[in-house]
Amino acid sequence: MELPQLEHVRLRRCDSAASVPQFCNSPTMIVMVGLPARGKTYISKKLTRYLNWIGVPTKMFNVGQYRREAVKIYKNFEFFKPDNEEAMRIRKACAAAALKDVTAYFTKEQGQVAVFDATNTTRERRAIIISFAKEKGYKVFFVESICDDPEIIAENIRQVKFGSPDYVDRDIDEAMEDFIQRIDCYRASYMPIDDERDRKLSYIKIFDVGNRYLVNQVQDHIQSRIVYYLMNIHVTPRSIYLSRHGESELNLLGRIGGDSGLSPRGQKYANALATFIKGQNIRDLKVWTSHMKRTIQTAEALGVQYEQWKALNEIDAGVCEEMTYEEIQENYPEEFALRDQDKYRYRYPKGESYEDLVHRLEPVIMELERQENVLVICHQAIMRCLLAYFLDKPADELPYLRCPLHTVLKLTPIAYGCKVESFFLNIEAVNTHRERPVNVDINRNPEEALQTVPDHI
Amino acid sequence: VTDNNKETAESKIWSFSVSPFLSVCMTNCPTLIVTVGLPARGKTYISKKLTRYLNWIGVPTKEFNVGQYRRECLKIYKSFEFFRPDNEEGLKIRRQCAMAALNDVRQYLSVEGGQVAVFDATNTTRERRGTIIKFAEQNGFKVFFVESVCEDPDVIAQNIVQVKLGSPDYIHCNTEEAIEDFMKRIKCYESSYQPLDEVLDRDLSYIKIMDVGRRYLVNRVLDHIQSRIVYYLMNIHITPRSIYLCRHGESDLNIKGRIGGDSGLSARGTEFAKSLRKFIQDQNIKDLKVWTSQMKRTIQTAECLGVPYEQWKSLNEIDAGVCEEMMYEEIQEHYPLEFALRDQDKYRYRYPKGESYEDLVQRLEPVIMELERQENILVVCHQAVMRCLLAYFLDKTADELPYLKCPLHTVLKLTPMAYGCKVESVYLGVDAVNTHRDRPEVRIPGCTQKCLSAEDVDIMNPHKGCDITYIDTSTSILTPSLISFLSLSGSRHGRHHAVFFFFSCLLVSQLCRNWSPIFRITQLWGQITGSLKDKPLKFRAKTKLRL
Repeated sequence: MELPQLEHVRLRRCDSAASVPQFCNSPTMIVMVGLPARGKTYISKKLTRYLNWIGVPTKMFNVGQYRREAVKIYKNFEFFKPDNEEAMRIRKACAAAALKDVTAYFTKEQGQVAVFDATNTTRERRAIIISFAKEKGYKVFFVESICDDPEIIAENIRQVKFGSPDYVDRDIDEAMEDFIQRIDCYRASYMPIDDERDRKLSYIKIFDVGNRYLVNQVQDHIQSRIVYYLMNIHVTPRSIYLSRHGESELNLLGRIGGDSGLSPRGQKYANALATFIKGQNIRDLKVWTSHMKRTIQTAEALGVQYEQWKALNEIDAGVCEEMTYEEIQENYPEEFALRDQDKYRYRYPKGESYEDLVHRLEPVIMELERQENVLVICHQAIMRCLLAYFLDKPADELPYLRCPLHTVLKLTPIAYGCKVESFFLNIEAVNTHRERPVNVDINRNPEEALQTVPDHI
Repeated sequence: VTDNNKETAESKIWSFSVSPFLSVCMTNCPTLIVTVGLPARGKTYISKKLTRYLNWIGVPTKEFNVGQYRRECLKIYKSFEFFRPDNEEGLKIRRQCAMAALNDVRQYLSVEGGQVAVFDATNTTRERRGTIIKFAEQNGFKVFFVESVCEDPDVIAQNIVQVKLGSPDYIHCNTEEAIEDFMKRIKCYESSYQPLDEVLDRDLSYIKIMDVGRRYLVNRVLDHIQSRIVYYLMNIHITPRSIYLCRHGESDLNIKGRIGGDSGLSARGTEFAKSLRKFIQDQNIKDLKVWTSQMKRTIQTAECLGVPYEQWKSLNEIDAGVCEEMMYEEIQEHYPLEFALRDQDKYRYRYPKGESYEDLVQRLEPVIMELERQENILVVCHQAVMRCLLAYFLDKTADELPYLKCPLHTVLKLTPMAYGCKVESVYLGVDAVNTHRDRPEVRIPGCTQKCLSAEDVDIMNPHKGCDITYIDTSTSILTPSLISFLSLSGSRHGRHHAVFFFFSCLLVSQLCRNWSPIFRITQLWGQITGSLKDKPLKFRAKTKLRL
């Protein structure tokens, strides 16, 4: 008994959300709470990036942005004084505008999670949000950041506030002083979430950048995942090094997948990598590889302990394993075209898709967040997925990110994003990057399909 | 066909997986988890569940219940007076027991290679916790406290009824006596209880669980394992519910005796799907969720149910790599060494270009986490996957896991109860092939005959040698449930129900030619008609699951 729609689905190979269970039926609003310079925007951006990467459509709504659009020029902290009626009106209007956009995101753009990034320091403001959400049927989860360590706050201000459009024309001391007074404006009316009075609300309170957490009434899977994520991130400075294995025998032949060893040039790269790493003088570096020979051989040259993760194995090309692109075009022309149509969701017959990869890499990402200095020696598709997470690349760009052989990427989290430095270690290697061809129709001819295949033996 | 010689060296390296969890950033420090809380706050429930979870994901864990040590020391429990704070003799014994338990902890973590020890006791005073911290420091263990705080009298009463009444301490008491004594016992601890303090204990690593998971306070999570423990504790709940596990209906490849692949249902498989639909409807389950894998045979099975279902790639059958869609005879012919290696260590053996059971456990971990969060749920999956899930719920070791019996066309209903899981097995009356391959007797590589001894494609009698038993893994599940059932339904009805129950088990065991339920029911019957209230039933602590 074959169900007709099943065949159709298999042929398309685009079971998009099938590897990810339904997180929730009602959209969720994550509402940040806290004084300025407590890391609310940092958390919002990071959370949004993570949720989008695992496949939950999420968008951030920063009320400060709305305020900047309403009040073109920021004069000084006086705007935020609690007795400034005019300003109060504007700020309330901005919050309302942001809430309206949240509704539009949920209803028109099929968003799943909205992160409402503002101070939300008064019970009154939070009550407005709660009744708004109740009316529309959205779930609300509060994330409050509490911190009184003056050093952390000063560091925050230095890292992100000075670069803010508000302080573009000020000098550092002026800006610092103004911002401190801005914080004081909020302090008087700040009512933290109350453990007694707010016991029916769902929230997490983060104390001192993750030293302590208070979690109340987690309602569903997505909130549980958010809590788990928030409890694993940290702000200790560190760097993540991403690199592919050295050039392999199959790389030289232009064949995908497989489990071959390093070519002579690949071995040279492994040695160069060892030199490079030593030169970087990294404290307590952890090294991770996959279970495949080529990454393990690369790590062996480093002469340090390394851990093997099966989750870091290259994408499984199923029936196309160890084929050249020309052979794939010859034997599976339709599959080849389908892949070019939607490279992120396309799953090789008996193999995997990039979407599956993201799902299996999620524990790796979680552990990368917990760690400090790490070198990950992996594969092309894997590195693309990891890079997309750190650099917030969307699903359609992910499969075409450039991750050439014999190049180390050093990612250093900074301010709200990630600084990327690329180091080519000067050892020649084949190019394994295949761009999306112009013609992706099933009925295209072989030349059009093979237009962008890189050279090989 | 691979070259057998080449097979040797390479496959020895790649054939066996290493516990994925152990290879992830395990620090060398073992961890000591210390429970804190008044009696009847769920400490032992949490300890057992956590131990089961950690062992399942591959972290060697053992629990040390100080109450057990006290029972061994004291032999006979008289009354709550033993626990009075002014009972010098009692205090001395209790301190000795704690020390003995800590000694065993040291033995387990430092000598026997354990990774985590769960020290299950009230540990309600700062002084006692100070002793433990010092002990851990001396031995190089990390300490993580798990405190359970609860003031809801209903929850506490429910706890007492579910687990305390059947405790060895109250064997000779009736229900009222037991409850009264236990309440007084709790009182003995209350006056000296010093909960973990946000300020005084700010340097300790702990999680405070308030009101059975409504609220959590998490302080100073130090490493990966503590982070995983916190995540797990925040996902479990005690709302009553049932988990239904079954395999897809019989598939075309099943009939041909081939493993793996992605075939559709056979005619009998489709019949099973229809029977499953009827069974589910008859069970009248509230808000049932249905999960399948992404393989045709589970999807087709779920389609017949006519309800929405979710597809999980993680529930896909174990990938047999180069052996996909082969018969065991073909594997023996083409990969004899692999076949033998698999029989040597079926749990860790990884098919070339495929997976091991150990890999399966790792990919099923998110499924387990989500199963913990859910309430009523039906999982339609595959043989190896079902074995892994079952091993988690029934606390089976890695050694037993790959040989658990999960026959086709049989639904297992798991209901968490007390400290364990009640299992009911329902065969839906549609014939199917037997796909179970027992551990062969002789496991010498190259010895072909014995390796195939248990191969059995038996269409006529799928349940030959299978027992269907009413099983529990806790010390006394039946007692409190039966007592409350009978007392609630009034003795006349209760007696009718007990009679019906007796005769159903008689019928069922006739069908399977197994008499053990009968013995148990007879025991029960005697007690029902006799002085039930005075003699709660005793069961063996652990009963093996036999299907």
